[in-house]
Amino acid sequence: MGNKSLLLVSVTGFILGLVFTLQSRPTLMEFGAVSWMPSMISISIVREIGPVIIALICAGRIGSSIGAELGSMKVTEQIDAMEVSGTNPFKFLVVTRILAATCMLPILVIIGDFVALIGSAIIENTKGDVSFLLYFNQVFEALEFTDLLPATIKTFFFGFAIGLVGCFKGYNSKKGTAGVGKASNSAVVFTSMLLFVLDFIAVFITDIFYN
Amino acid sequence: MENKAVIEISHLYKSFGTVDVLKDFNLNLFEGENLVLMGKSGSGKSVMIKCLVGLMEVDKGSIKVLGKDISKLKQNELDELRTDIGFLFQGSALYDSMTVRENLEFPLRRHSHNSEKKTEALVKEALDNVGLPDTIDLMPAELSGGMQRRIALSRALILKPKIIIYDEPTTGLDPITAKEIILLMMNIQKKYATSSLIITHDVDCARVISNRMILLLDGKDYAEGSFNDLAKSDDPKIKAFFK
Repeated sequence: MGNKSLLLVSVTGFILGLVFTLQSRPTLMEFGAVSWMPSMISISIVREIGPVIIALICAGRIGSSIGAELGSMKVTEQIDAMEVSGTNPFKFLVVTRILAATCMLPILVIIGDFVALIGSAIIENTKGDVSFLLYFNQVFEALEFTDLLPATIKTFFFGFAIGLVGCFKGYNSKKGTAGVGKASNSAVVFTSMLLFVLDFIAVFITDIFYN
Repeated sequence: MENKAVIEISHLYKSFGTVDVLKDFNLNLFEGENLVLMGKSGSGKSVMIKCLVGLMEVDKGSIKVLGKDISKLKQNELDELRTDIGFLFQGSALYDSMTVRENLEFPLRRHSHNSEKKTEALVKEALDNVGLPDTIDLMPAELSGGMQRRIALSRALILKPKIIIYDEPTTGLDPITAKEIILLMMNIQKKYATSSLIITHDVDCARVISNRMILLLDGKDYAEGSFNDLAKSDDPKIKAFFK
């Protein structure tokens, strides 16, 4: 689940870093604040954009895959076969997937954030003659523990939500193969909405503690 | 049959909303016999076997398997009992993300503590029993419908269950493959002396394999007897099954 999403997350993160830097550069130049670029990019990617974008990508990639897999197992009686053979399908199919999604999403987000910063550093290096060393020095100077910790904690909840909704929709799918497509689709839609709600709650709680 | 009953279903009721699927249904399966349950599509055969293995809760009535009332069992006791029941699903229900080997190893790894060598030997024996030793590393999607049914049968047998339930074992197969499956079922019954409950509406299958038959009509056990007795019946409702 995690390793198969790595390429997608890396490519998305890389392009995110490139585009974000390219779009922000002219505005910062107008105010003579282009030297703030590494700090601004790193804080916004680590705190907010990285976790949310990568969680949404994973909701599409992992949530739909779980929904479709369990849905098809349900309609082809594979889940019944597992139960009849004396194995608890909830433990074997659901718990493992939720656990995997919960553990893997924070790792994917950290990788995605790092690749996004590399993308941003490449633009800064080519357009602004900022060396990679200087760029990353400024990045680590700007980032604080209070940026990293809440952002990482919320990704566990994002992963849990992706696994939970995917499993719930797949496990309860009905009406044959049409139901499988519906389960997969509604897993993505519902998870995406849930991610924004969770993000709002996480930001709200973080704000109470740190400000 | 004078053997003891391994499955006893008494006064079973099951409904979905306002639709009564099973109404006072009774069935006994005796040790070592092949009992065929025949009924029209939608008559409640599949619902009855799902109740039998605890996949559905009954509204009323009792189901005893190997002397144990399944409604009174705890989940772990029910799981333990299920290892004595082999179940061949209508659509085979092979785990499509696993190879044939992994499909067969799955129940073994979860219910027995065999060495790798012993597990390998049991898997090979199970595949030899159904005449498909070369399929061991294939995925279910690479097998034909008949082959999938045989592999599913070998998976159902791998824990050497006392009872086997066949849900429409020949449905969707061509007549030649269907005959092969019926022969296989008979050989297995001889080799392992299992008690079999066969749900079918295939008259040929019923004729060849049954020791006794029950006809399910309007949610009730409408008639019971040997294939020949029922086939000769003058009752138009029974005759309809054999046309």
